[in-house]
Amino acid sequence: MPTLVSHPDEVHVISRRFGQGATNIDKYIELDGYKAVQKAIAQGPDWIINTMKASGLRGRGGAGFPTGMKWSFVPKQSEKPKYVLVNGDESEPGTCKDHVIFLHDPHAVIEGTMIAGLAIGAKMGFIYLRGEYRYLLKIVEKAVADAYAKGILGKNIFGHQGVDFDIVTQSGAGAYEVGEESALMESLEGKRGVPRIKPPFPAVVGLYGGPTVINNAETIAAAPHILLMGGEEYAKLGSERNGGTRLFGISGHVERPGVYELPMGYSLRKAIYDVAGGIKDGKKLKAVVPGGSSCPVLTADEIDVGLDFDQMAKAGTMLGSGGIVVLDETVSIVEFALRTIAFYQHESCGWCIPCREGTDWIKKTLTRVYNGGGAKKDVDNVQYLAENMLGRTFCPLGDAAAMPTIGFVKKFRKEFEDYIEGHKAGTPIITVQELVGAGH
Amino acid sequence: MSTIANSIFSPEMAARFDHLVTIYPVKRSALVPMLLYAQDDVGYISDAVVTEIAARLDLIELDVRNVLSYYSMLRTKPAGKYNVQVCTNISCMLRGGYEILDHCKHKLGIGHKEVTKDGLFSLEEVECIGACCWAPAMQVNYDFHDNLTTVKVDEILETYRQGLGKDVK
Repeated sequence: MPTLVSHPDEVHVISRRFGQGATNIDKYIELDGYKAVQKAIAQGPDWIINTMKASGLRGRGGAGFPTGMKWSFVPKQSEKPKYVLVNGDESEPGTCKDHVIFLHDPHAVIEGTMIAGLAIGAKMGFIYLRGEYRYLLKIVEKAVADAYAKGILGKNIFGHQGVDFDIVTQSGAGAYEVGEESALMESLEGKRGVPRIKPPFPAVVGLYGGPTVINNAETIAAAPHILLMGGEEYAKLGSERNGGTRLFGISGHVERPGVYELPMGYSLRKAIYDVAGGIKDGKKLKAVVPGGSSCPVLTADEIDVGLDFDQMAKAGTMLGSGGIVVLDETVSIVEFALRTIAFYQHESCGWCIPCREGTDWIKKTLTRVYNGGGAKKDVDNVQYLAENMLGRTFCPLGDAAAMPTIGFVKKFRKEFEDYIEGHKAGTPIITVQELVGAGH
Repeated sequence: MSTIANSIFSPEMAARFDHLVTIYPVKRSALVPMLLYAQDDVGYISDAVVTEIAARLDLIELDVRNVLSYYSMLRTKPAGKYNVQVCTNISCMLRGGYEILDHCKHKLGIGHKEVTKDGLFSLEEVECIGACCWAPAMQVNYDFHDNLTTVKVDEILETYRQGLGKDVK
């Protein structure tokens, strides 16, 4: 069972109820639960959206789009029913923050879903969890059932005539691609989880053809806290144009890996050295993948940067899903880059040729390099392939595979070249099957 | 009482499926979870499972197979009673995921996607299971086991061997 960690620099907003038994609905209510949704019912949609806008909350799934603005895009009038879809298909390597929310505070996700529904005029919400999170789905299912039993969900919620809201929990069956919003809708409609062409955007034509708001589970879980504390107060916790706090999962070679809630803009260096206790076993830092495996790598001397969407973009990388993966000096970047691309190759849905073929060729080339059969031009080839995937696919998976690859070969070109030089004999070190799994 | 006569599923699962198709605006939405739950009940997605699910959702079998082939957790061959899934993705790799996988291979005497002769265990190397901060990690059926060491893996496998492990489904 995942263990909770803590550090004095943490600011507990989303994590306020973690470890306090808030999976129990009575305990949740005791800890100010379901107060925000009642406030939302009393104040109305405009107030909710304005508060969310004032909070500066930006989508926690990775893209960082302002949440209040997203909600305001949904047309007020619609012939088709509107929906809220919570994306709990957390699959980006390095990311395990939603795991902790579902485990410790599932009612916050339910309450957030209701708030989003009230804001856009939807009467139905879906909470979609990846298939591997079955034990968490059971926790969420129970929370939903408890909320129905208390009259919090269903018809005339909290006794308000005509105010109805239903929530359906849904399970995936193993596909990273389904984390992309339009693929998520396809999957929920019982199809292969491949992306849809945009426009139309989900806010206008989404689930079952109705206007749909899709938010990451962490974004949704933040909503009740924001309504209770006020948008401006929440915004103040973070940095400029990056309101509030977020959950950062720090993993890899650190002394105290774990999920920590830190203010937006918090120093990456401090997150690694203070919060997570520094590099494991006193070794030296080599590199950091700062926001899940799709984010371009930072070298050890590039970590003096604030953890928010804008500062990370300025540093040439991304905040992504907040999964900070720390690599010590012993890691071979060649092996790490291969393991990263092997994931995207496996998870490419095959819809777009640049992604399907590009990830495959990069994996094959890097495998040959790793096995000692590489030539110096392979490094150029890998970069060329990755650069030609960028921006040429329907969904961001192509970019998610290309961006880290480009980062690895640009920043660690010498290591790739030295590796190739040092393994010229061509003796396989390990077979492909052994490295990335036969029949994957 | 199931709406489908002669269901191949257990009465509990059949009742669950009867309910499942009623909760969505479109029946077909129940397809992905239904395949997953059917697999838990039967052990894998057999031809009979495909036929019955297609009938329950008013789909043709090809629709079901088309979706079935897309998702990595769905299988068309039986796995062991306890399906051991070891994560070797980046965060787990950095903290010994491959050593854990190798240890499982050695201990169980099987490779990736193979089943032990007694049918008790199967082994899979899987992509990220969302336990990055508690790496290395594995799942046995749907139970998470994290912060693994080879010693801990031995204890966990032994627990299941003796029928004492949890079996979340």
